[in-house]
Amino acid sequence: MMTRAAPITLSDLTLGYDRHPAVHHVNGHFATGSLTALVGPNGAGKSTLIKALAGALDPIGGICAIDPSLRRAYLPQLAEIDRSFPINVHDFVAMGLWSKIGALRALPPLGPHRIRDALNTVGLIGFEDHLVGTLSGGQFQRALFARLMLQDASIILIDEPFSAIDSATVDDLMQLILRWHREGRTIITVLHDLTLVRTYFPNALLLARDVIAWGTTETVLTDDNLKTARQKIEAPDPHAPLCEQVA
Amino acid sequence: MMITSLLFDALIAPFIEFSFMRRALIGAFALSIGAGPVGVFLMLRRMSLLGDAMAHAILPGAAIGYLFAGLSLGFMTAGGLAAGMIIAIAAGLVSRFTVLKEDAALASFYLISLAAGVVIVSLKGSNVDLLHVLFGSILALDDATLILLATASSISLIALSVMFRALVLESVDPTFARLMNAGGSFSNILFLSLVVINLVAGFHALGTLLSVGLMMLPAFAARFWTEKLTGLMITSVGFGFLSSIIGIISSYHLNTPTGPTIILASGGLYLASLLFGQRSGLILKIMRRPHLAR
Repeated sequence: MMTRAAPITLSDLTLGYDRHPAVHHVNGHFATGSLTALVGPNGAGKSTLIKALAGALDPIGGICAIDPSLRRAYLPQLAEIDRSFPINVHDFVAMGLWSKIGALRALPPLGPHRIRDALNTVGLIGFEDHLVGTLSGGQFQRALFARLMLQDASIILIDEPFSAIDSATVDDLMQLILRWHREGRTIITVLHDLTLVRTYFPNALLLARDVIAWGTTETVLTDDNLKTARQKIEAPDPHAPLCEQVA
Repeated sequence: MMITSLLFDALIAPFIEFSFMRRALIGAFALSIGAGPVGVFLMLRRMSLLGDAMAHAILPGAAIGYLFAGLSLGFMTAGGLAAGMIIAIAAGLVSRFTVLKEDAALASFYLISLAAGVVIVSLKGSNVDLLHVLFGSILALDDATLILLATASSISLIALSVMFRALVLESVDPTFARLMNAGGSFSNILFLSLVVINLVAGFHALGTLLSVGLMMLPAFAARFWTEKLTGLMITSVGFGFLSSIIGIISSYHLNTPTGPTIILASGGLYLASLLFGQRSGLILKIMRRPHLAR
């Protein structure tokens, strides 16, 4: 299976807050160029896991090994973005070039072109001078995807990008995810819409604090697996916080 | 002819006649240039009360400087800077490591600071000195103080332009800034230092209690006229200038204390903007109600 070194390898990864594990003993790897949907009931630890993959949360046990030469981009679900701040769409999207320009350098020669291309791809041409506060929810999500596109990352982590977004926007942004997939980037997306997962995602990881199933989408999203996941979250194990392998 | 000469007598002559008037105006201009843009960022980051708290925090430091060396520019400035930075960092630590939120932490610090400052000043000095520290002495700015004010606003402008992009990123999307290692905590501390520098410069002219006025009120007023960041910063400086001119002239003619009059002028401009501002000013809001109009 592992002919090339996997960009992300998890061994016995346990995550949590205040030493209460939320995700237990995850083992496995995400292959280069794979497109994986991270699914599971509310409270299954999906956001926790993707946060750890993004490097924004330190494991309380096990290892989350990520090829350090690969650039990661992470779009959190509840970003603490201040949309009332007076910044226009162009400048907001251009922040995706931060790793190239930092706080002081000028845009590279191709910068303006790349920004325009990103805005064009998400359909926000004509909105460059609008303040982000004036965008609708869907338009703002498009701006976030344009910024993500400019980050030009090999590993792209997206947490529930399509909640409360109209279907036209979902279609457009899904096409962008598929384009990144064709470009050979490794993509992991938290999703709730199983139809969307079955239609577009070759791989899936079903999480309910533990990994219920991980593999090709049709082997993962079986009725049995989904039922197991639901039951596990509905009837939490009273001994869960006292995980011996960690304590 | 009559009117122009009247206007000349009222608006220009005092500045030609008295050098302390000119000095007051230049000093207030310098403060406006430095404090305005910093105030805009404080406002946009919903940290307006922080300026207030920091201004109070500066008092005990300046007071200790006063205790050692009397009304010495150097000692009081150094004391104020040190106290301001200590409070800024301490408040950050308290809110991070205890149950108190930042606003509570700051409120507690500034109450303690204000009380301590007043006690320390009265240990040695007279009520005149206390008034000087609390409300400043903008009509008695000497060369050294003017140079200090100009230096402070220059440092503030240069530092702000260097950290501008990082500060905007940190203000808009702190999560992203953290992921990009954009120096979030560094730019936060640098920004707080700018607040302190401007307030310490301001307290020589306007006193510790009012120096924050020329930082925040012009920024609030600007919010009613423009929505762009650059526009906000320029407008806030403009309102600072205008407040300085109106305040100094009025205090001359009305024989009122100059510092508070400048802040009152600033407050007047704010209230006028609140009513007549072209962006969500109250009057325009009442007049233009296209969807409710019948």
